[in-house]
Amino acid sequence: MRYIEHEQVVKRMNGRLVANVIFKGIFLAATLLAILALVLLAYRIITQGAGHLSLDFLSNFSSRFPEKAGIKAALIGSLWLMAVVAPTSIILGVGSAIYLEEYAKKNKITSFIRINIANLAGVPSIVFGLLGLTIFVRAFALGNSILAAGFTMSLLILPVIIVAAQEAIRSVPGELREASLGMGATKWQTIVKIILPAAIPGILTGSILALSRAIGETAPLIVIGVPVIIQFLPAGVLDTFTALPIQIFDWASRPQQEFQTVAAAGIIVLMIFLLLMNSVAVIIRNKFQKRY
Amino acid sequence: MTMTIKAEKKKSATKLQEQGIKVPVYQTKELNLWYGEKHALKNIDLDINENEVTAIIGPSGCGKSTYIKTLNRMVELVPSVKTSGEILYRDRNIFSSDYQVEELRTRVGMVFQKPNPFPKSIYDNIAYGPRIHGIKNKKILDEIVEKSLRGAAIWDEVKDRLNENAYSISGGQQQRICIARALAIEPDVILMDEPTSALDPISTLKVEELVQELKEDYSIIIVTHNMQQAARISDKTAFFLNGEVIEFDETDAIFSNPSDKRTEDYISGRFG
Ligand SMILES: Nc1ncnc2c1ncn2[C@@H]1O[C@H](COP(=O)(O)OP(=O)(O)OP(=O)(O)O)[C@@H](O)[C@H]1O
Ligand SMILES: [Mg+2]
Repeated sequence: MRYIEHEQVVKRMNGRLVANVIFKGIFLAATLLAILALVLLAYRIITQGAGHLSLDFLSNFSSRFPEKAGIKAALIGSLWLMAVVAPTSIILGVGSAIYLEEYAKKNKITSFIRINIANLAGVPSIVFGLLGLTIFVRAFALGNSILAAGFTMSLLILPVIIVAAQEAIRSVPGELREASLGMGATKWQTIVKIILPAAIPGILTGSILALSRAIGETAPLIVIGVPVIIQFLPAGVLDTFTALPIQIFDWASRPQQEFQTVAAAGIIVLMIFLLLMNSVAVIIRNKFQKRY
Repeated sequence: MTMTIKAEKKKSATKLQEQGIKVPVYQTKELNLWYGEKHALKNIDLDINENEVTAIIGPSGCGKSTYIKTLNRMVELVPSVKTSGEILYRDRNIFSSDYQVEELRTRVGMVFQKPNPFPKSIYDNIAYGPRIHGIKNKKILDEIVEKSLRGAAIWDEVKDRLNENAYSISGGQQQRICIARALAIEPDVILMDEPTSALDPISTLKVEELVQELKEDYSIIIVTHNMQQAARISDKTAFFLNGEVIEFDETDAIFSNPSDKRTEDYISGRFG
């Protein structure tokens, strides 16, 4: 008695091949649709905003007059914000991931923590804004400073970084860990010399994606009261500032039609900013991978 | 420093050996081990001698890996593990609270079933152990790397490509790199868990020859599923079954004249 009738298999083969083609088509269509939407969006923004792009646009402060409005304060402000968010969130995120994966005992409490970190990643950003308002702006009396906004943004993206770093650490083969420990390395030496280097590409990818999210987030900044019109540059992390998405939001909500062009130009700057960040990540990642 | 201790130890050991007295490196006394509820090792009593190759054989799941992983306490990486009894390494109980695992593992090197080089250059793989133990001097590291690679009989094959990734060489070469890496910490004992099971016959032969040479300087404990291999390379053989040591004797005696029926059945291929 045979379980697989080969003649039957051949007969049914056609149906399977057709299904194969159909599904391939569906997925291709889905991808094309996404790309099409992206291209349309980029096209609209670029045709609308490119005319307004100039060195003046980069080096002017915002203004009541659309011709004169520039993005300097917001661009520099976003850079300051990243200077706070990137180190804070990556150090805290990777540290927590190392603790959870390498040191924490696997018991009810830690698995509760693990599950809830993943849940935190889904909490709306405005809630983090309210948290930042209560803790950093008011309780720590940091006001609407870069530091307060940076810490709030760090909290917002921390769960994403922790989860990505945990994933990356977990994917380091156990044999490498055993090999290192088996030679008398301490846990810490093993983490620093074996596990982190192997996990860094994954950690970086996750972190950069999270940072990109932080650059584009508007809601938490509005909640903690980041101002829109600023005619000076911050001198330190305790100064107030404005950021790209806030500035764009402000321009887009003004009644004059000309400001739509300014907003589009601002979006182009934001997109270039993101692209630059992503390419830096790719370069660092490739460099690390080459060493192995 | 370590060299002089080693030389001294060796001198006294050879003296004792001349008198026909074997020096034990490991003495296992009534060792029991549980993974949670599972009783994986039962009342193990084994003495392992210096400068000998001790083979551990037995069917799958009988506790061979568990036993040799207990010898360097790697088994403790499994959180549910509990042990009772004693293992004396050079007369000190490795389970005693003042025994640092790191110290034990610098004296007891381990080679795993699957070649597991680090994703680093060949040089950095070998230098890893010495570096974590604080050697920074490039000249000394160079010497250790060469000596270890020669010791593992792979120097000639890789000496021109030390800076290449260890994954760029064949599996058999990788396994000898792993042996060299274990030698680089200048261990006293080398534990090998089925080191040739992932290798082709020629690489296997090379590793076997290597084990024969290494025994001059090290004590070796090797787990193997290959009866011929155990017969060829070991001085003593322990037969494990269901977490117990059924028979432990000179390899010749085990293979030509086993005293237990189950040993005989196993080595003649009737089960396992
Ligand atoms: N991490 C673990 N958790 C629970 N039980 C385990 C674990 N590792 C091994 N065991 C059990 O302990 C017993 C001995 O396992 P061990 O790996 O030592 O066998 P082995 O003799 O090395 O087998 P093989 O020849 O297949 O490698 C087995 O019954 C196995 O199921
Ligand atoms: Mg095993």
